[in-house]
Parts: sequence; C-alpha cells; structure tokens
Amino acid sequence: MSIKVLFFASLRDEMGRGEDDVDLANAKSVADVWKAVADGKEMPSNLLMAVNQDYVNAEAPVQDNDEVAFFPPVTGG
Amino acid sequence: MPKVVLFDGAFEPYAELTVFESELMQQHGTGQYGATTSFVGTMRDFNEGDDVSAMFLEHYAGMTEKALEKICDQAMADYPILDCLILHRVGEIKPNDSIVLVAAWSAHRGAAFDASRMLIEKLKTDAPFWKKETLNDGARWVEKNTDG
Repeated sequence: MSIKVLFFASLRDEMGRGEDDVDLANAKSVADVWKAVADGKEMPSNLLMAVNQDYVNAEAPVQDNDEVAFFPPVTGG
Repeated sequence: MPKVVLFDGAFEPYAELTVFESELMQQHGTGQYGATTSFVGTMRDFNEGDDVSAMFLEHYAGMTEKALEKICDQAMADYPILDCLILHRVGEIKPNDSIVLVAAWSAHRGAAFDASRMLIEKLKTDAPFWKKETLNDGARWVEKNTDG
C-alpha cells in the first residue's frame, strides 16, 4: 500500500523531512502510518492529522494512494 | 457566493472588500443587506516580549483553501447572512502588513457580527497555517494562538 506522508512546520523540522512516500503492507489506520514513519517518536497529544486534506483522528482508516498529513496546532489569522 | 483567496504578496484588505461588495451586488441586486462587518488582522512587530522583524506564513496548499471554504459554508448555514469573504496572506510577511480579512453581509447587524466572529475563530483553530517569526537572534515557530 503506497502512502504519501506530509509533515508541516515545527514537526517537519523535527522529522528532518517534509514528505515521505512509503510502502506499508500492514497499515490500517493513521496511527499505523505514524508508527511507520516517526522513528520511534511518541505521537504528540496535540498532533493534528488529515487524510486526503480532511481532518481525521488517529483511528481513521487509510487506503492505497492516500495522502496522510501530520502537523502541530495551527496558528493562522 | 462566499469567496476565499490566499495572497502570496501584500494585499489591500479594504480595496478587496469593496471589489467583493460590488460583485455581491451584481449577484444579489442592490438593497439586499443592511449590515457589513469585517475583521482585519495585521502583523505586529512584537510578540511575547520580543521584537519580531518578519514572519513566514506556511500553509498546506489545497487543504487550507478547502478548510476555509468549509468555514464559509458553515457560516452560511449557521447564520442568516447573505454572503461572506475570507482573505489570507501566505509566505514572507513584514510588520504592518495585513494578514487576514474576514467579512460578512446580512440584513441586520447581529448576524453579520456573529458570523464574522465565528469565521475568524474557526479559521484560527481549523485552517492549516503556521507562523514562524524572525527575531533579532534567530527564528521560532509560534506554538499557539493568543486568546481572542
């Protein structure tokens, strides 16, 4: 299963990359994707996440070719 | 029809407001609203006790527009307003530049005020933008919004 992973803002700095294309055979949820790309880092409690540009929670399912984004609280306006 | 625009350079919020208002009158006809409220956010040159000389506004292209359109749709559904507008800056910003404008039009003032407040508060929690400030001795990500 091919997933495009995006990190934004301070999380991108922390992860050392803004984008990652991963091939995950057993990922079922967004939490599984996090585990596969986060290098052992715990999911921050205030982490926001989106699948195909819609907000979801960590239990949301993922499918082949999904775009999964992780980012810190937003600070626009 | 609600409109959302992101600007990659400086924009003049009140000039944009006037342009949108004439589009709105073309669409709905004249005499259809009695109240217009707008909120404009401007970049300060200070934050949390430090001088800020510039700011970079990062966004999630695609999702940001989608999130803002959703907020407009919610305002249209929740309040008796005729129309609404959201404009937001992205990229490199200097103090005194406009960052954001939200505006709402309605028959009476209450709905326009309430909708504008909702538009800006929801934008601050839902729209994927992130501010990075340039200080005298480096740069830092803004971690949370200040209380309204």
